[in-house]
Amino acid sequence: MTKLRRFILIFVPYSWLVILFLVPFGIVLKISLSDIAIARPPYTPILDLSTGWAGFKEYLSQLDFENFVFLAEDRLYFLAYLSSLKIALISTVLTLIVGYPIAYGMAKAPNHWRPTLMMLVILPFWTSFLIRVYAWMGILSQEGFLNQFLLWTGLTSAPLTILNTDIAVYIGIVYTYLPFMILPIYATLEKLDDSLIEAAEDLGCSRLSAFWLVTAPLSKPGVIAGCFLVFIPALGEFVIPSLLGGSDTIMIGKVLWDEFFSNRDWPVASAVAIILLLLLVIPIILFQRNEQKNREANQ
Amino acid sequence: MTGRFSWFNATSLTFGFVFLYLPMLILIIFSFNESRLVTVWAGFSTKWYGELFQNEAFLDAAWVTLKVAFWSSTFATVLGTIAAYVMVRSGRFLGRTLFSGMIYAPLVMPEVITGLSLLLFFIAIGMDRGATTIILAHTTFSMCYVSVVVSSRLASFDRSLEEAALDLGCTPFDAFFSVTLPIIAPAVISGWLLAFTLSLDDLVIASFTTGPSSTTLPIKIFSAVRLGVSPEINALSTIMIGLVTIGVISASLASRGLIARREKEERLAQK
Amino acid sequence: MAQTQHPQGVFAPWDDPAEKPIIRFQSVSKHFGDFTAIDDLTLDIYSREFFALLGPSGCGKTTLMRMLAGFEAPSEGTILLDDKDIAAVPPNQRAVNMMFQSYALFPHLNVHDNIAFGLKRSSMPKTEIPARVDEMLRLTRLEKFAKRKPHQISGGQRQRVALARSLAKAPKLLLLDEPLGALDKKLRNDTQFELMDIQERTGTTFVIVTHDQEEAMTVASRIAVMDEGRIVQVDTPDRIYETPNAVYVADFIGDVNLVHGKLHNDDQGRPSVHWGEGRTPIVGSMMDPAPAGTEVHFAVRPEKINIGTERPRDVTNCVRGKILDIAYLGNISTYHVELPSGEVFKAQATNSRRIARRSFTWEDTVWLWWSDTAGIILTR
Repeated sequence: MTKLRRFILIFVPYSWLVILFLVPFGIVLKISLSDIAIARPPYTPILDLSTGWAGFKEYLSQLDFENFVFLAEDRLYFLAYLSSLKIALISTVLTLIVGYPIAYGMAKAPNHWRPTLMMLVILPFWTSFLIRVYAWMGILSQEGFLNQFLLWTGLTSAPLTILNTDIAVYIGIVYTYLPFMILPIYATLEKLDDSLIEAAEDLGCSRLSAFWLVTAPLSKPGVIAGCFLVFIPALGEFVIPSLLGGSDTIMIGKVLWDEFFSNRDWPVASAVAIILLLLLVIPIILFQRNEQKNREANQ
Repeated sequence: MTGRFSWFNATSLTFGFVFLYLPMLILIIFSFNESRLVTVWAGFSTKWYGELFQNEAFLDAAWVTLKVAFWSSTFATVLGTIAAYVMVRSGRFLGRTLFSGMIYAPLVMPEVITGLSLLLFFIAIGMDRGATTIILAHTTFSMCYVSVVVSSRLASFDRSLEEAALDLGCTPFDAFFSVTLPIIAPAVISGWLLAFTLSLDDLVIASFTTGPSSTTLPIKIFSAVRLGVSPEINALSTIMIGLVTIGVISASLASRGLIARREKEERLAQK
Repeated sequence: MAQTQHPQGVFAPWDDPAEKPIIRFQSVSKHFGDFTAIDDLTLDIYSREFFALLGPSGCGKTTLMRMLAGFEAPSEGTILLDDKDIAAVPPNQRAVNMMFQSYALFPHLNVHDNIAFGLKRSSMPKTEIPARVDEMLRLTRLEKFAKRKPHQISGGQRQRVALARSLAKAPKLLLLDEPLGALDKKLRNDTQFELMDIQERTGTTFVIVTHDQEEAMTVASRIAVMDEGRIVQVDTPDRIYETPNAVYVADFIGDVNLVHGKLHNDDQGRPSVHWGEGRTPIVGSMMDPAPAGTEVHFAVRPEKINIGTERPRDVTNCVRGKILDIAYLGNISTYHVELPSGEVFKAQATNSRRIARRSFTWEDTVWLWWSDTAGIILTR
């Protein structure tokens, strides 16, 4: 009886995930090895189980790495990967620069202020991602608020082109992923004992060197976690480059979308997806390790 | 430093929160603009709200979105809670590593890949795309978020409470519903809210898995916004921001009130 | 010892061959992977007993209790409750209730509902439940707190709620897992007597798990001292203290002086311990005779050792040494006395005189002596 109950409990979510996560993923892998065809569905070969084992072998023999070779040879894709990495990396660093002082300020804020500040950081996270990106379109455009402001202050004489450039993408990523950076850093800084800083100052450190020698190294786990939490989703980002980026902003998420919806080249889109995933495997594994280490350190 | 803000912290917090909130504030202000131009103020008006409520396409999309979010978050909460229970309580079983991998993978999987793979799957099994397929897709990735939230609560749950229930004559089923569930309810509810928001918010996966018949609000907004800013979208955004703000603030006040009440009761008890 | 004095004599069902035990462990073993938590254990517990399982953490006492409650199944052997094998009975169908170390009070239910929880799931008619709950509230003096939630009452009150809840269903057997561990020392002492009182009034068989030897000595009718999944000795508290059967037991319960040596039996079979060249052998009592030459330990309690400045006459067991340390505990003092050979003996004396009038102090040479029956010779 207990065995049966246990089996059902495990079986229900397990099979759900196998059917709706693992199998679809297998299909992507399979299609990435197929060829494009003008048909429905637009790829060959199609597995026909009615032909039995011979048919299956025949089917397997038609699968190849042609799409991957294509991706490797076409510079567009290579550049897309490279530019995704570059954009994700730069935005992560920018988010850290913007987020760290905020997290630090929150951690040092008076106790009764902290719940409110915390809520203020989390609130944008609950608001629609799309809307938060959209909000910047009106600010960054030629006649947008930023340019109006810059012209009014006299900092520039002619409006700057910011929207539809990489800079707009950086701003978008920093803005939307900022809570992901602030929260883990705040969590480590908040646990930090104030007497450590006092001890460092007592032992002859200046304010600044106490920060560098004590606070900064101790907040490292939070910084690393925050960086991964920004970098990983930024790498596969689609909405931000397509709304804020220009035609020369190439990010892999957008390439995949266009390949699928505009070119209807499913095999290539699938191959792009597989490579994007391979690209993500390393940071994800590093992130898991960092989390594991933090868990062990906290025990 | 519990007394007050230092000038450095006050500055960084002020700049930080201005950066976080100013764009949304501008968006809200210009939803009340008389002019169609979203960047030039031409007087106060609520006409864009009126036009929004005349727009059948938006209203239909909103209805579809709410329906999808409600069902997918409900299914995701049930499945995710079971999955969390299995992860925390079932010990070792065949394929446990694969199972936990499948729970965590969708959290870091780019949405384009999740969307693409699900679409190809629905095509492969010949399923008509529409609200149902979006619900299935959203349930799958939301259940992983729910299970992470619930399993972190279950991990700190004193297991002897369940054993006490069994000891006092509960069947395992009864013990779950009369002891475990009431205690982990806050985590389950926040899991549901998270799933609901994720579903409301999702553009990419919905775009892949939807059919011609059902359009969700994010899809609608995205296609409108691609052509440039429009005051109607500002009005819609304002409504959505308003609802979320009211929800989050009241939830946070409620939980703070609960904590305060509990503290008061504890003081009472020590007398 | 705090047992009911039965009209026919002392409560000692374990000495009565006609008495049937309520619980029988028969060669029970429990393995967790490679780890053996319980190793071929056989034990009988009788009805109305207050039975203590005593041992350090990891000795298997909690596993033993969890097997009784039904949360663990034995790997080998059988457990009989009223002559029926309970291996297949799930915890919710056992006439056994448990009081958890953490109390495991349901935080979302008030005191009344916590106590009623088990009753609502029993065959008791709904109309009788409130009366039973009130009875339990009275028994544990919690009437005033019925409407409070567990986080609104003190630690001692929580402990009583846990007790009331586990007793409400009138189980045949009540298991108590470190029931007083979370209370401070003074409250613990009061609660020990309360527990004994409730056990007597309800006539329930109690099995208590504890690592606190004082607690076990106070409450239990019998104590099982456990070590690494085995029972070393099962006996009444006084016999455990006075006649331990192993060095482990002697050392675990109370304070003891231990001397290692070789056994010698004289013409009348009187045992003594040879413990070094040129020293008078120590005479002691011995439960199980052993052949001469066996490696043995001699164990004697500090309070059984006398201390004085003059060598007493007519005693066999007498040693001389220098006072190394004095621990003043108010009513008594413990003297650490170092013998010329390096061993340190502990001797206790009551402070019947004021401290200033003590006749010996640090560095003084003193004599220690004890009677022939004060110590015990142990073969293991």
